[in-house]
Amino acid sequence: MGIETEYGLVEPGRPGANPMLLSSHVVAAYAALGPEGEQAGPSGGVPGPAVRHPRWDYEDEDPLADARGFRLDRASAHPSMLTDDPTRPAAAGPDTADAGGSVAGELVGTAVRRPATDEYEDPGAATTVLTNGARLYVDHAHPEYSSPEVTSPRAAVVWDKAGEQVALRSVRLLAQNPAMPDVVLYKNNVDGKGASYGMHENYLVDREVPFEDLVRHLVPFLVTRQVFAGAGRVGLGQTGRDAGFQISQRADYVEAEVGLETTLRRPIVNTRDEPHADRARWRRLHLILGDATLLEVATWLRLGTTSLVLWLIESGRERPAVLEPLRALRLADPVGAVRTVSRDLTLHHPLELADGRRMTALEIQRGYLEAVRAAVGDGPDAETQAVLDRWDSVLERLGTDPRSCAREVEWVAKLRLLEGMRTRDHLAWDHPRLAAMDIQWSDLRPERGLYHRLAAAGAVERLTDDEEVARAVHQPPADTRAYFRGTVVRRFGAAVRAASWDSVVLDVPSLPSLRRIPLRDPWRGTEEHVGALLEECEDAAALVERLGAG
Amino acid sequence: MAGQDQRQHRREDEEPADQPEPVPAAPAAQARDAEVDSLLEEIDEVLESNAESFVRGFVQKGGQ
Repeated sequence: MGIETEYGLVEPGRPGANPMLLSSHVVAAYAALGPEGEQAGPSGGVPGPAVRHPRWDYEDEDPLADARGFRLDRASAHPSMLTDDPTRPAAAGPDTADAGGSVAGELVGTAVRRPATDEYEDPGAATTVLTNGARLYVDHAHPEYSSPEVTSPRAAVVWDKAGEQVALRSVRLLAQNPAMPDVVLYKNNVDGKGASYGMHENYLVDREVPFEDLVRHLVPFLVTRQVFAGAGRVGLGQTGRDAGFQISQRADYVEAEVGLETTLRRPIVNTRDEPHADRARWRRLHLILGDATLLEVATWLRLGTTSLVLWLIESGRERPAVLEPLRALRLADPVGAVRTVSRDLTLHHPLELADGRRMTALEIQRGYLEAVRAAVGDGPDAETQAVLDRWDSVLERLGTDPRSCAREVEWVAKLRLLEGMRTRDHLAWDHPRLAAMDIQWSDLRPERGLYHRLAAAGAVERLTDDEEVARAVHQPPADTRAYFRGTVVRRFGAAVRAASWDSVVLDVPSLPSLRRIPLRDPWRGTEEHVGALLEECEDAAALVERLGAG
Repeated sequence: MAGQDQRQHRREDEEPADQPEPVPAAPAAQARDAEVDSLLEEIDEVLESNAESFVRGFVQKGGQ
């Protein structure tokens, strides 16, 4: 699994500044550190080593493939969906790239022609691969950090927090450079004037599960999980026309149940079928409806509960009975329910079900919890047990005393401050100071961000510690292919011509061609798998030799 | 985790039919506490002084 975060950004005092340009300054500032400067830590933050971060390898990207089994014709795609070509919307290549490496269980490189001249690098399409295996790039006029692949919700929190540190460091680097504009980054999802930008979750799901089943079983869960996953928002409606507070940042921008688009008619379940892995075995479920969260428990519960529900649905292939309880939880109007739940701060509003009955969001969540618990049985691993216990506890307390969740659930934490301000200063919901608090809540700078003030005061529960997060800024997770990607960038950065989720392209001057190493299997390229091998290679040439010719 | 023993508490036995529960707990409705008071004092110091122009200037392009 992994989390992508598009950060909101402004240049203080210059609301008209070009956001694409600012975003590329942010990415370029960090990329200019290079793998070595990145390792040197914030104190050694003077950019300029010779080795830059590698660029992105677009070879296997296919944003127009739809999980429902068809491929959107490129000509009929909205331009914003063409994310795989940084320079121009051209026909995508066939999606049959060599799967041979992973099937054989080895990472075997293939030869790729070395371009005679350096390819043109579009500054507006800045993109780079970090030593922790993440991707940092410009996406739709926002800097985006896509975390490396991890295998547990807790690790997802750690590398998500590492992303905040990466973004913060970019901001600090720009602030140190008098030739560059100051930029402030916000980990939120709306501007209150109609624009929304996303936090996307990615989960590796068994391809055997029919997509329709996945959608049917997942939708009621996704619609209602905002009761503990929502970040809270001041303003109602896409442009915030009506005054008030709602649970979710994203809710007003969800307009369809299922669909391919991510920038318009946003769906509850996104069908982009771009697995970044062996297509025959996996799909990458791409969820775009959630809120970016700063509270660690909120992020952990969002990823933890969602992956448990996905596990339940996968289990239904072998044990159909485990899915029986979900039949009673289907919503009559899922898209409408997203808004209803988001606006119901009492959490007691009943939602219409497909069979005519009514249940509250909390009751639907409890239905999922009980179904997962029954299917898990006795003795799950410690983190699964911890997620189940917390899910239970949070649902219980949201039903009786939501305030008791103020250290764990972001919208409750935010609302608590806003209500305090409202009461103290007698403010109506349309007062600009409340909207300012909502925005400044997610300012990444510890000295300005309201979340950070809470964290410093011990008013939120932490799951990580600062040293652990600082390590994750530089180190990849050990138990996925991100280990190979990140480690190769760190060790052999000068030779890494490009990299992507499922490939690394090495440029070894002594060889006649580039060498492309496919990483089609997310579980290969782990420390256990290649740690010793990478250790033994003193340079990229040795690595290519060890991996063999393809 | 401590304090998890209440799990058997189901909705059915929570709601005695006779007594209308006060709408349970929009956190909104609750009195503020000392922790919030001191947090607000801190926030006063860091919050953008011209909230209106700050909010007006926070304009983003749509993303994914």
